[in-house]
Amino acid sequence: MMEGEMDEGLKGELQKQGIWVTSMQELYNWGRKNSIWPLQFGLACCAIEMIATAASRYDIARFGGEVFRPSPRQADLMIVAGTVTKKMAPQIVRLYNQMPDPKYVISMGACAISGGPFKQGYNVLKGIDRYIPVDVYIPGCPPRPEALLHAFMELQRKIDGQKLTGKGKAEFLKANTPSEFPVPEFGAHDLMPPANPDVFHPPAIERA
Amino acid sequence: MTPDPYFFLVVFCGVALVFPVAPLALAWLWRRFFQAPKPGAAKNATYECGIESLGEAQIQFQSQFYLYCIIFLIFDVESIFLVPFAVAFTGLPFGAFVAILIFLLLLLEGLVWAWGKGCLTWAK
Repeated sequence: MMEGEMDEGLKGELQKQGIWVTSMQELYNWGRKNSIWPLQFGLACCAIEMIATAASRYDIARFGGEVFRPSPRQADLMIVAGTVTKKMAPQIVRLYNQMPDPKYVISMGACAISGGPFKQGYNVLKGIDRYIPVDVYIPGCPPRPEALLHAFMELQRKIDGQKLTGKGKAEFLKANTPSEFPVPEFGAHDLMPPANPDVFHPPAIERA
Repeated sequence: MTPDPYFFLVVFCGVALVFPVAPLALAWLWRRFFQAPKPGAAKNATYECGIESLGEAQIQFQSQFYLYCIIFLIFDVESIFLVPFAVAFTGLPFGAFVAILIFLLLLLEGLVWAWGKGCLTWAK
């Protein structure tokens, strides 16, 4: 049955009586959110924390995300774990482009968010969200494995809320939403373009 | 009533067919009704760790290197015979020592011969 046909209260009442009712959307999202396969891909020290998250002490397998894929073709999630240098940025965008929809991005750590302590450097990208859309940001330098797990749970929550049909349909289901983003190229002084205006929406600075 | 013994084979074949086909059919239906495919240049490109691939994957190698490989294999296997010699070195009688020296000499001769034939030079 389709979404929006059943009252939540009625559903709860039925559950108390031992009758479980679900919708296609719930079933689909339930499957998706519990089998997020990340791309095996680390950039700097955050990757060490990502490895720790995947290992037995923190055990990302509890959330269904332990299957780190060595190929973007099979991955759902890109964890940008670490400093993105300008040399590396085109490769990251290309890998993101090669991932099939639906795909998600976690920007892990200060460097991936904004360049972090290397923001003033000549060779560090000031945030991966200049080129690809990011779903969850994790602050920290580096963030602890618990933080990554938290981000993972936030992503699961996001996936759970995505609609298959209707007005608020998820972006990746729309036929005209792009799945690939332009790969930046090396210019004379910087990556060209320095940011993708379709993706990058920096907050407006308000001065008193 | 006992069913025909071959009936189970039919059931087995049926399950073997349905099991892989059903998910593929579901995926096809999903693609048809919910999620339109979005192929693109990068998505269809060869996966090369995010780097653009250079040239074709199906290129020709020169086969001259095979001689080098064969010689390596022969010497690699022969080095196994030297391990017991090295282990038992202190307790060896004189005759055995001479025998292994002759063996080594043969190896060396083989190497010199291969060298002289030009097997160790890379063919241009």
